[in-house]
Amino acid sequence: MSDSAHVMHLETSTGLDSRKLAIWTFIGSECLFFATLISNYLVHKGKSLVGPFPHEAWTSPTGQVFEPIIEIPLVTLGTALLLFSSLFVVLALSGAQRGSRKALLGWLAATIFCGLFFVGMQVYEFTHFVHKGLTLKTNLFGASFFTLTGFHGTHVTLGVIWLITVWIEGFRGRLPPAKALNLELAALYWHFVDVVWVVIFPVVYLIK
Amino acid sequence: MATSALDQQRAHAAAGYGEKTGLWSWITTVDHKRIGLLYGTTAFFFFLLGGVEALLLRIQLGTPDNTFLAPDTYNELFTMHGTTMIFLAIMPLSAMFFNFMIPLQIGARDVAFPRLNAFSYWVFLAGGLFLNASFLFGAAPDQGWYGYANLTSSQYSPGLNVDFWVLGLQILGVASLAAAVNFFVTVLNLRAPGMTLMRMPMFVWMSFITQVLLLLAFPVITVALILLMFDRFFGTHFFVPSGGGDPLLWQHLFWVFGHPEVYILILPAFGIISEVLPVFSRKPLFGYAAMVFSGAFIAFLGFGVWSHHMFTTGMGPIADTFFALSTMLIAVPTGVKIFNWLGTIWGGSIQLRVPMYFALGFIAMFIIGGLSGVMHSSPPADLQQNDSYFIVAHFHYVLFGGSIFGLTAGAYYWWPKMFGRMLEEGLGKAHFWLMLIGFNLTFFPMHILGLNGMPRRVYTYPPGLGFEELNMVETVGSFILALSFVVFLYNIVKTARAPANAPADPWNGGTLEWSIPSPPQEWNFAEVPVVHGRDALWETKRLRGGPLPEPVRVSGQGIHLPNPSYWPVVAALGLLGLMVGLMLIPRIGPWGAIAGAAVLFLGVFNWAFEPAG
Repeated sequence: MSDSAHVMHLETSTGLDSRKLAIWTFIGSECLFFATLISNYLVHKGKSLVGPFPHEAWTSPTGQVFEPIIEIPLVTLGTALLLFSSLFVVLALSGAQRGSRKALLGWLAATIFCGLFFVGMQVYEFTHFVHKGLTLKTNLFGASFFTLTGFHGTHVTLGVIWLITVWIEGFRGRLPPAKALNLELAALYWHFVDVVWVVIFPVVYLIK
Repeated sequence: MATSALDQQRAHAAAGYGEKTGLWSWITTVDHKRIGLLYGTTAFFFFLLGGVEALLLRIQLGTPDNTFLAPDTYNELFTMHGTTMIFLAIMPLSAMFFNFMIPLQIGARDVAFPRLNAFSYWVFLAGGLFLNASFLFGAAPDQGWYGYANLTSSQYSPGLNVDFWVLGLQILGVASLAAAVNFFVTVLNLRAPGMTLMRMPMFVWMSFITQVLLLLAFPVITVALILLMFDRFFGTHFFVPSGGGDPLLWQHLFWVFGHPEVYILILPAFGIISEVLPVFSRKPLFGYAAMVFSGAFIAFLGFGVWSHHMFTTGMGPIADTFFALSTMLIAVPTGVKIFNWLGTIWGGSIQLRVPMYFALGFIAMFIIGGLSGVMHSSPPADLQQNDSYFIVAHFHYVLFGGSIFGLTAGAYYWWPKMFGRMLEEGLGKAHFWLMLIGFNLTFFPMHILGLNGMPRRVYTYPPGLGFEELNMVETVGSFILALSFVVFLYNIVKTARAPANAPADPWNGGTLEWSIPSPPQEWNFAEVPVVHGRDALWETKRLRGGPLPEPVRVSGQGIHLPNPSYWPVVAALGLLGLMVGLMLIPRIGPWGAIAGAAVLFLGVFNWAFEPAG
């Protein structure tokens, strides 16, 4: 890998490809972005004046009963698929580096499928919550939940679009081993989005 | 010898070696030097605009019970003065030097991502225009540059004013982050052979640390602005107490960004001073490693002091003590820097040229600002000084006495490299003395007024409180300060009309930018330099036993350069459209925002698939 990459790019002072270093730099900056959103969620945790609440039932002054709104099983499935997609994209990258078009396109398609499933799961969850009476305006839980998971979902969506673009490049035969870095950059971003969810999932869904 | 080389250089320049001209060549340029000039020109224009705003404020405050400005207009002008000077003047003026000088000082042909660099500039321009367009709608931001909740809530600020501010800063944040990634990678990856990290010029080091601060501080304000936008546009209650929200959360988020931002504004000036002092003292920088590490330590501590802006919010003795101590601790690495600067000029053969005047002025003024900062790091003292003119005096001593003096030193120092012309010494010295006198007349009395109880952010004051005389002195001082920049402009125009006269190395410099013609050719270095030590050019001169011959302009044939591109401009326009669309959601629905996002996508996609060259 490093040999073929060396031919492609000018020598750099660190030996790392500049685009790869840039993605790492960007990810470092994004860590602060999500750290702030997660802090915002934790600061407002348990401060909602009215329900629905995530983990407890709530009876409104008019006597209407709201069940705990979070449903863990579906989100766990989405989480599991997102975690597996990180493995799939590694296999796709390995395919790209070995020049195996079949492995590249197959595993990358699996990654994209998992990403799409996750986004679909989130769209379903959001609609479900709105039907149950939780919107951005309802309470602080709604506001901080939708903001945190929504911005994560936007990151996943952009990642899916990026991966689809790379898949099309691969399908057209424009992703030879020497250009495997094009996939690696998207994969690094994908892993990051995945890791962020590993923090968000317990913070929002598991910790009461 | 030198003269004939200069003649030859002019002949080559006239023959137009590799120089493209015309408006389109500027719009599509990816050359870091041209982008630097665009940054500088735009930022200087905004600096003058912010200066005019300040003059209007000073006219209003010159006499008690003045009615020159209505209270609402006063609020708009002080908000826009602060916002403009920080985001549209000092930061992009530093960006001008990052752009022009970092590649030259590390021996590179361009930045790591030339098109991303162009994108940063165009987004910055869009953000500046967007913010100032608010004046055209009679809705300039009026809540202060710090945007405290609940001043910004839709209940208390129902107009478009705060929307312009929120979205304008969001646009500028994109520009800063894109540029920060770019320069971070450029410094790490594009250094010439032999240019190890600990051989880099101090300006490159301080700029590099600034990029780290940008990368870590801007995401925080991005999220804070998103939350505020959601509060205003979508009815959330993050900062609204009636819905359980916490207005103080805004202050925390804002200052977690805002304090590192202070170092974003001052560290580039530290770097410039550390270039100027050695050259005009004819000595290497004293304590190079200590300078690097104290800069890094300042940046690190900068993330642990934010609540010293919030002592009056009642955080309790433990938080107060922690933030007081961490704030006092910052004085240590800053003091290390000041002593190292003094150590640099100590025993040197000092040459009092204009850049040196401003560098020495910087040290003196910055020490005053630093000392008043240490004063209000103590919570009991701060409780008295908070929200008074004492604070205004303090931050103008560090931002004007510090950053602007430093940036002006840099302007005089690098002017010959950027434009091929020397600025006139006499006019430069007149600029310096007017600026020093005007600056101190304007801002020193604010210490006294503040300690005597004059509050800041108030559009007028009654007579008989003992505020009249000093306020009048400040107003007169501010016009002397303004006059100093008129002299600067006159100097620029006068020398621009005279023939190019700058040799490659007018100051006998020690860094690589002085080894190439002034102004540099498009590819900077005809041959990539090899570096053998710190102060690379002094090292070369020492080995050679004397000054270097004037470098000749060469044909750039065979030198590989990145292609010009218009996609960065398209993407920047898309981002601007997205933000305008967000503002228009109540009027036209989401379609404007969607159209803007589509153009942004189009720009980014075509950029990604366009051959970089």
